[in-house]
Amino acid sequence: MKVLVCISSVPDTTSKINFVDENKAFDSQGVTYIINPNDEFGLTRAVWLQQKQGAKVTVAAVGDASCEPILRKCLAIGADNAVRIDSIPYDGFFVASQLAAYAEGEAFDLIITGRESIDYNGGMVGGMLANHLNMPYLANCIHLEIEQETVHLQREIDGGKENSKGSFPIVIGAQKGLVEEKDLIIPNMRGIMQARQKSLEVLNPTNAEPSSLVQSYEKPPAKGPVKLVDPNNIDQLIDLLQNEANAL
Amino acid sequence: MPVLVYIETQEQEIKKSSLEVASYGRAIADAKDTILIAVCFGLSDTSLLSHYGIDKIYSVSSGEESNFNSDRYSSTLQEIAKSEAVDILIVSGSANGRFLGPLVAAKFEATYFSNVIGLPKSYSPLEVKRSCFTNKAFTHSISNKEKVVLSLSSNSYGIHEKSVESEQLTSAYSNSSFNLEVVSEEKSSDKVSIADADVVVSGGRGLKGPENWHLIEDLAAVLGAATACSKPVSDMGWRPHSEHVGQTGKPVASNLYIAIGVSGAIQHLAGINSSKVKVVINNDPEAPFFKAADYGIVGDAFEVVPELTSKLRALKEV
Ligand SMILES: Cc1cc2nc3c(=O)[nH]c(=O)nc-3n(C[C@H](O)[C@H](O)[C@H](O)COP(=O)(O)OP(=O)(O)OC[C@H]3O[C@@H](n4cnc5c(N)ncnc54)[C@H](O)[C@@H]3O)c2cc1C
Ligand SMILES: Nc1ncnc2c1ncn2[C@@H]1O[C@H](COP(=O)(O)O)[C@@H](O)[C@H]1O
Repeated sequence: MKVLVCISSVPDTTSKINFVDENKAFDSQGVTYIINPNDEFGLTRAVWLQQKQGAKVTVAAVGDASCEPILRKCLAIGADNAVRIDSIPYDGFFVASQLAAYAEGEAFDLIITGRESIDYNGGMVGGMLANHLNMPYLANCIHLEIEQETVHLQREIDGGKENSKGSFPIVIGAQKGLVEEKDLIIPNMRGIMQARQKSLEVLNPTNAEPSSLVQSYEKPPAKGPVKLVDPNNIDQLIDLLQNEANAL
Repeated sequence: MPVLVYIETQEQEIKKSSLEVASYGRAIADAKDTILIAVCFGLSDTSLLSHYGIDKIYSVSSGEESNFNSDRYSSTLQEIAKSEAVDILIVSGSANGRFLGPLVAAKFEATYFSNVIGLPKSYSPLEVKRSCFTNKAFTHSISNKEKVVLSLSSNSYGIHEKSVESEQLTSAYSNSSFNLEVVSEEKSSDKVSIADADVVVSGGRGLKGPENWHLIEDLAAVLGAATACSKPVSDMGWRPHSEHVGQTGKPVASNLYIAIGVSGAIQHLAGINSSKVKVVINNDPEAPFFKAADYGIVGDAFEVVPELTSKLRALKEV
């Protein structure tokens, strides 16, 4: 079984989000990059498939050299090899085109993307990649079990869960639930040492055009101060919610 | 060129988020001086759509199959959009809407924008504002393609009625060549889902343990609200994962968000920030949530919440 996990390198969740260049570019100064949390759940699930079913796990990222530490971390967590497609990830469509061009020749049984990246929040690479490769896609995947030829899957839906079954090849959008938070693999010394020996291949991008262009960024307006209500005057809170905020 | 909206239904009822999408689509159609087309699957009574500005309603009968099928739905939408020469196709920010968006866009060779807020700033090229960095910022983005698929951020535009004469049509249901089928759904039936809720009541570690969750549930019941929680609360198994909201959980865009015993960590705030009115109840005046909230009470949840609940209950009863 061959598994591909698509890895997006994103600013740490505590990062201050600022822009430079007249709000045309993200200010990466002082920002630490991490594996996109949704991708990390997916990677852990893939490593389990490697441990239990002997799957070969490849991680791939579209990005410049700055995303290599993240790929090394994935190798330390347990991926067998890494691929970096050497291009700026212009937009989700572009990334999907790059990943598809690479995956086309590799015959992966399972491709795992994250539900969404926490920076661009496109929620689109998985679906578009699946379409490129003519494979089915399951978004918001919270469960995956393999039983002989059948893959049992679960998707989180509004107000519940949906169970489905299919077969390989398939693309899924991973999120928490696919594995639990406590199951995430923290790389140990041995993993980190082994990662240095593993292959991190750099590929040239294919010819593709982004479908969109970020014209500029904007930050939400600063919030006014909170209105504090005395705990002994709950009627005032209700009054404010009813008559000032129109929220009741 | 016409505008098309995907209308999502649940047990023969049109979802609120789809009425919002219809209202939004109507405004775009008006701006472009064109018609608004709706596509719905397996809905027997479509008459409500005439009140939300839909000129042409396509009913697709999904036959035996009553379950959502992302491949067949996206192909059907694409085919209707193509035959009607549509250039803007809109889905909601629901789980199914966001599932279909990129699939339809890929099949339709359109640009896809998710988390769209507000009407496009221009139409050629199409420019939209969308949220990114989990609500910590917005982008103004331009499409390089003629056709676009937009997923509208829930609760960002509102529902606006407009009565029109609607033309009723039917369309064939596309096939799928994929081996992926839905076998069942597990709905937490009696409860309002976070995605559909006007009001969300959320509890954090400050509630001390799952045995105290009646505080949250009673208040939610009075308000007809959905219940939510912070990440550690779901990680410790006090509450199901489906209630975890924030950057790595569900996004919340309700009208009213009440946070009780939640500190307001940056990852929590990121996910709930697009809620309109935020109320915090916390006994620590230094809790970061007070900086993000509109209204706050510095007090003990175990005293404040029962009183708030009973006062609201009394109010609803008159
Ligand atoms: C990568 C990453 C992703 C994350 N994603 C998320 C996410 O999506 N969502 C999320 O929620 N968190 C997320 N977190 C965790 C986040 O950083 C915080 O740890 C978490 O939100 C804190 O939860 P809490 O507010 O319930 O608990 P605490 O921080 O422990 O806060 C409890 C609060 O309750 C108050 N309190 C105590 N007793 C009372 C009382 N009697 N009455 C009233 N108030 C009381 C306290 O003053 C305190 O402010 C993430 C963290 C990381 C590293
Ligand atoms: N530059 C990238 N390289 C590799 N995979 C990516 C990249 N960007 C996004 N992805 C994958 O696509 C998923 C969804 O991203 P997005 O569509 O941007 O929300 C992520 O969780 C990753 O798995």
